[in-house]
Amino acid sequence: MTEPLIFELSIPGRKGVRLPELDVPESELPADLLRDDLPLPEVSEVDVVRHYLRLSQLNYAVDKGIYPLGSCTMKYNPKINEVAARLPGFVGIHPLQDELTVQGALYLMYHLQEQLKAISGFDAISLQPAAGAHGELTGVLIMRKYHLDRGETQRDTMLIPDSAHGTNPASTSMSGLRVVEIPSDARGNVDLEAMKAYMNERLIGIMITNPNTLGLFDENLEAICQMVHEAGGLVYGDGANMNALMGIMRPAEIGIDVMHFNLHKTFSTPHGGGGPGSGPVGVVAKLADFLPAPIVVKEVDAEEEAEEEAPLYTFYDPPKSIGRVKSFWGHFSVMIKAYTYIRMLGDEGVRRAAEYAVLNANYLLSRIRDVYPLPYDRICKHEFVVEGRFEDAPGVRALDIAKRLIDYGVHPPTNYFPLIVHEALMIEPTETESKQEVDRYADILLKIAEEAKTDPDLLHEAPHNAPVRRLDEVYAARQKILRYRRDQQ
Amino acid sequence: MVFVPHTEEERQAMLKAIGVEKMDDLFYDVPARYRYPTLGLEAPLTEMEVLEELRELSEANLNAYRTPTFLGAGIYRHWVPAVVDYVLSRGEFYTAYTPYQAEISQGTLTAIFEYQSLICDLTGMEVANASHYDGATAAAEAVIQAYNVFRGKRKKVVLAPTLHPHYREVIRTYTQGMGLEIVGDEALEKPLEEVVEMVDEQTFAFIVQTPNFFGEIEPLEGLADEVHTRGKKALLAVAVNPISLGLLKPPGEYGADIVFGDGQPLGLGLNFGGPTLGFYATKMRYVHQMAGRIVGETKDVEGKRGFVLTLTSREQHIRRHRATSNICSNQGIMTLAATVYLSALGKDGLRKVALANYHKAHYAAERIAALPGYTVVADKPFFNEFVVECPAPVAEINDFLLNEWDYEIIGGYDLSRDYPHLARHMLVAVTEMNGRDEIDDFVEALRAFADYHQVEVEA
Ligand SMILES: Cc1ncc(COP(=O)(O)O)c(C=O)c1O
Repeated sequence: MTEPLIFELSIPGRKGVRLPELDVPESELPADLLRDDLPLPEVSEVDVVRHYLRLSQLNYAVDKGIYPLGSCTMKYNPKINEVAARLPGFVGIHPLQDELTVQGALYLMYHLQEQLKAISGFDAISLQPAAGAHGELTGVLIMRKYHLDRGETQRDTMLIPDSAHGTNPASTSMSGLRVVEIPSDARGNVDLEAMKAYMNERLIGIMITNPNTLGLFDENLEAICQMVHEAGGLVYGDGANMNALMGIMRPAEIGIDVMHFNLHKTFSTPHGGGGPGSGPVGVVAKLADFLPAPIVVKEVDAEEEAEEEAPLYTFYDPPKSIGRVKSFWGHFSVMIKAYTYIRMLGDEGVRRAAEYAVLNANYLLSRIRDVYPLPYDRICKHEFVVEGRFEDAPGVRALDIAKRLIDYGVHPPTNYFPLIVHEALMIEPTETESKQEVDRYADILLKIAEEAKTDPDLLHEAPHNAPVRRLDEVYAARQKILRYRRDQQ
Repeated sequence: MVFVPHTEEERQAMLKAIGVEKMDDLFYDVPARYRYPTLGLEAPLTEMEVLEELRELSEANLNAYRTPTFLGAGIYRHWVPAVVDYVLSRGEFYTAYTPYQAEISQGTLTAIFEYQSLICDLTGMEVANASHYDGATAAAEAVIQAYNVFRGKRKKVVLAPTLHPHYREVIRTYTQGMGLEIVGDEALEKPLEEVVEMVDEQTFAFIVQTPNFFGEIEPLEGLADEVHTRGKKALLAVAVNPISLGLLKPPGEYGADIVFGDGQPLGLGLNFGGPTLGFYATKMRYVHQMAGRIVGETKDVEGKRGFVLTLTSREQHIRRHRATSNICSNQGIMTLAATVYLSALGKDGLRKVALANYHKAHYAAERIAALPGYTVVADKPFFNEFVVECPAPVAEINDFLLNEWDYEIIGGYDLSRDYPHLARHMLVAVTEMNGRDEIDDFVEALRAFADYHQVEVEA
């Protein structure tokens, strides 16, 4: 890679975007409060365009090809979403405008809440959380407050399966609660026996991901929910994997009490190289009063009386709310994209998306299952986990396979997660990949398995065809060069 | 089939390869009585139809870019150079995931490294992370970082009452299970000098904002020393408007330990308040207590420079329940917007934006102060926002500006919503987007209201 940093393109005295001349008289500046130097780049607009265009070309992205990063649902991001979110009447509204002047936005938020309710079976939704982990924190705080509100102050224990995403235990301990890890059984389900010891008055509940991070539908799900409810606990659902279930099953119906959605996974909003996401939280009726304030409601009276002065859609603060979890109303422009997507799919479309996500995953699995060790051999849902190691190629690791995939111009799967599988490769093709693209990926995986035996160094030294060769992470952590420094370069 | 490319023949071939007969067989494990619910979503629309609906919805909103607007309070109307959206629209950037595979994510990683550097330069700090969700959640993470610096042995945090109300609220939401003592903002009128006196040896942090929620530039000189002394090394965390740093001395120069804020002014639209960007910077000695992703420079096996996510042992995917935070996805593309914005404006441009904000706000304040019935309340210097005591409740004035005046004006923020003692106080924001005509008309409208109000009162 030869692209310099923007700072290295800087030429003293060069100017970028111009602004209009000042059209008001100047006022006196507070001299003692002013900064001496503003060390920003001095580049032209052309420099900026070319630099970032060249940087963009160093990235892999869904728009280039299959991106089967397990647990991330890297489906195609429809372009109409981007057009919709950039409409001037959406980009140009201030969050503190009079509600009467933002009825279009509130309509959209209200109806997105309704769509998510229909898909999940929950009774109420808050769109405020900014991402999946933020939704988890919100949901766990709701569970905590529900118990406190009932006077059950001794409840402090959250059960979390060992296959769970790291955000689950992290969100729980941020909420001041105790994490107890529950093992998985031989079929990849939560171990019911292991749970029994915790069915007591200290139980807050369980955080469960279904399908779990092995891509498997937990065969004990109903029993788990029942058991936890009987002990007075609540069931949290990590909705990261809703792409396997929408239109197939509603989580609230089987006994999940609170769940976050990832609009940036299931509902096709782009991931942006690390965000923004959006992590709405759905709850059953008894938890609705605890949702973060505010949520959008429809004033039925206003409609009936057709009074022009009263807004039809308004913000409402739930009475026992855990409080606001971020400023203003959530990631509105992400909501527009998810709304657009759901509006284009309808009942049949969302079910089809889930079905084909599951079809693609099982098909890809069928193509490689004889070559890559499969720790849990079941029909999978939208993703599956194999081991990235071979008996007859002992030096090869999942990391080597991942890096070698790069040479073939595709994106590697998630690796080393979930933690309960050795050398895990977690693969999620999503429904938007064609059979040809899935076949191409399978062919590459099979070819790499061959190479692992015939020429393992090809894998160890991969990638060979990328903007940079394998990068030294240990060096980065030791050097701690975390910013550009003019004086040192 | 919407966004599903398979043909019927392909579907059959795939089912056969899997070894099942029909699609339903793939869902054998979903208990039958819950399977295939009727959702009741509205009938699907095509792209053409859905855009029509969305256009209608968007047009049902009053667009603050096309309407004279004096509303700020945390979200500001600034000029966004065309290059920003151009770069953000590149599919290579916006359709990528978090850069876990560094070798094919050098575009994103390099841009984040630049972003971290720009934030450090702007704030005068040593190290920045790759973002929080927004200014409010960055505030909560600042509290948690400071708490962890003292390993949880201190429980008290002092908040300036002039910290954005949403920040104060989110701090409380985040920490409700941590058993903290949160003080300082019980008496909302209390001046900063008195609030600082609440810092003691049980205190782990003092959190202050500048320009504060009322637009005033807080005197940071000596504040860090005072907090460090009173609180025996307690941390000073400062929230800041990044545009103001085009002009003002950065908090890092005053000895702040953490500097954070909302990056919305840096090239992001209004978007009804989200997504924005929480920027966050601290001192190098606290880097292991800082939350969030961090990008670091390294080299590949051939010695070529490259960038990777680093110091990950702080994070949830490694440390699980002992992580510094649960944050995973953050505000990736928003940091790219800020990076492009700061680069495109550069040294000269950002200073000009800051100056325009300062001068226009002061021009507006001066004109409003000259109106009968209105008083500008400013004990300290201010940046691009200031408080006006009005002759009537702000809601009434704003209603007049929007509905009774010759054309629509979006007035300032009604401070009584958060500060009951400021019953008739409007927070007025002025940026480079407010032309002189717009400001003059706003002043005329305020005058007209006062006249009309006078008539009403007399009648
Ligand atoms: C299973 C699971 N839970 C939670 C999360 C966290 O979601 P986010 O990154 O939106 O915070 C992820 C993200 O990868 C996930 O895969």
